Amino acid sequence: MDRREFLKRTLISSLTLLMAEKSHATGKETQRGNRANEINWAKYEAEKKTREAVQGESYAVLVDITKCIGCRRCEWACNEWNKNPNKPLSEFEKSASEKPSVFDRIRRTDAETFTIVNRFYKEDVTPIYVKKQCMHCLEPACLSACFVSSFEKTKEGSVLYNPSLCVGCRYCMIACPFDIPAYEYFEPLRPQITKCTMCFDRIIEGKPPACVEICSADALIFGKRSDIIKLAHRKLDENPERYIPHVYGEYETGGTSWLYLSPVPFEKLGFPKLSKKPDTEKTASFLFTVKVLEVVASVPLVYAAYKAISSKGDKEKDE
Amino acid sequence: MSSWIREKIFLGKTFSEYLAEHKNPMFILAFIILCLSFYSMAYRLIYGLGPATNLSDTYPWGLWISFDILVGIALAAPGLTVATAVYLFGLKDYKKFAKPAVLSSLIGYVFAVFALMFDLGRYYRVFYVIGWSWGLSSVLFLIAWHFFLYIIICFVEWSPAFFKWLGLNRLRDYFSKLGVWATALGVIIAGGHQSALGALFLVASNKMHPLWYSSLLPIFFLGSAIFAGISMVILESTIAHKIFKNLVKDFDDVEFNKRTIGLGKALFVILCAYLILKLLDITHYNNWHYLITPYGYWYMFEILGFVFIPVILLAFAVKENNTKLVRVSALLVVLGVILNRVNVSLIAYNWYIPLSEKYYPTWMEVSLSAGIVTMIILSYRFIVRRMEIL
Repeated sequence: MDRREFLKRTLISSLTLLMAEKSHATGKETQRGNRANEINWAKYEAEKKTREAVQGESYAVLVDITKCIGCRRCEWACNEWNKNPNKPLSEFEKSASEKPSVFDRIRRTDAETFTIVNRFYKEDVTPIYVKKQCMHCLEPACLSACFVSSFEKTKEGSVLYNPSLCVGCRYCMIACPFDIPAYEYFEPLRPQITKCTMCFDRIIEGKPPACVEICSADALIFGKRSDIIKLAHRKLDENPERYIPHVYGEYETGGTSWLYLSPVPFEKLGFPKLSKKPDTEKTASFLFTVKVLEVVASVPLVYAAYKAISSKGDKEKDE
Repeated sequence: MSSWIREKIFLGKTFSEYLAEHKNPMFILAFIILCLSFYSMAYRLIYGLGPATNLSDTYPWGLWISFDILVGIALAAPGLTVATAVYLFGLKDYKKFAKPAVLSSLIGYVFAVFALMFDLGRYYRVFYVIGWSWGLSSVLFLIAWHFFLYIIICFVEWSPAFFKWLGLNRLRDYFSKLGVWATALGVIIAGGHQSALGALFLVASNKMHPLWYSSLLPIFFLGSAIFAGISMVILESTIAHKIFKNLVKDFDDVEFNKRTIGLGKALFVILCAYLILKLLDITHYNNWHYLITPYGYWYMFEILGFVFIPVILLAFAVKENNTKLVRVSALLVVLGVILNRVNVSLIAYNWYIPLSEKYYPTWMEVSLSAGIVTMIILSYRFIVRRMEIL
């Protein structure tokens, strides 16, 4: 640690202490200081240096919505692994049967929750449970939106966030079609985006993501993406009455590393209707057009400037 | 030294005389607004965005982006429009409008970026985007760089007046020559980022209401920035000539009115083009059926009330040489641009969520923005009274 770094840290830690008092009063003091993304990023950086490239292609997870029983153990395991605030497992498990329940409200991810399970209903009022987390897009909108390049799509499939570059503009949150990235609004000095990492730190050790590992209902299946897609289609072929014929995430917004099978149309479960072409293509073609136009326009403009200067010079001579 | 300060800063008065001059209701109001906004700024810096604002994971961008940046930058477009016409294309008739236009752009951009610092979570890292880490695929990257360059350009364009004020004539001459080049570069840069502000929302097609979402968003933002710029020139010159009449050398009422009508004509043409594009857009996406929904009524309110009606008014005004009507139209157009930016970034964004979950600003967000507007006006006044702008 050099002197500058030391001074910086001293200043930051003393200011943080000063500010801590107030945020405790709001009761949201836990929505800050998340470490999971930072840890995963560090692992990614280290990984890049030590290993040439990951063998084979990226991983994916298949979510079979028809199998999910709403036990929320995936939420518990996620919190546990990522050291997010957690509660005893039994409190998660009883949500499906208790009243009132967390399921009464449709939830989204937040600064300290990387995954959540929501409850919807079929027409015959049987419940449908849908897990939500980062979809780990193949063409991530968050990545394309970030103006300091603090996202990375790894070869393993994870979309990782690097807190050491983030400026906190929150454009990734605007860009994400699935409303996944969350922000530490109650951290005044060093706020960061937080999101699911697909347990990058487990995948590189040869383990499945924590949520997949704990799922005992067979609703989550982890594997190579091409195998997962094959499996999904096999399930559709073998049980056509069980699912609607659509693998969500196979093509949506250019494809995602989390894929879903559902018994009802995906729109009814809060999934956005997305085209095969990712919106990032529109952004890319805009940026290209602007650059071309800027170069093309510069020619007449330079000419006009040149003319303006020479005519001005003449006028000054006249005066 | 003290006589220099007295001459240059206090306009030849003593400090107490200068202060006494400002003891009137308007300045007291400005003072109160500034105090409130400083409180909000401090509160935001100490406790963070969560306690200070109503921003949430659902609404990551609120009033500060919508009003201070999107509206602020559009209304700071006079430099793009009038200064270009005068310095680059030699429309000498409008020369009197050029310097105030450049000044309002400069102040507008500087304070927009200043306001942005309170919205950024890690404002102290904002220079990462310039020299440390480049997100080349991001529209925001283009905007950040273009803001950075455009502020420099505005400084160069404005600096002759500044150096003249300081009595540094050699620097003034040097920067006058540089000014033309800066203007040429400025057209590209300003055009680029005005359209890019609209392109910010291209990436969120599934979150925007179809009436406001279009592949043409960048063009709509650029077009509306141009007519916002012209309207602001009309309004600013009107106000400035009323308040600072004594500062204007050889003020010619007839000439001024003639130019105002000229600006009105330009405004008319661009508004018509915009309106036609909007019609094509709504037809292309086949969005007509949305017009008979509540969002459709709101959309029509924006388009009919603040684009179509000004077009009609301007047609009359130009025909009958009615400068007052031109000014009224310009005011409507400015209000319309404000409404449009708020509509795109706050109303059309996440339009499907229930009304109860929609974002509305806290008093601190409002007061900070109000403080920024006050600072813009006061800085404009400060500079206009000291340097040769009008």
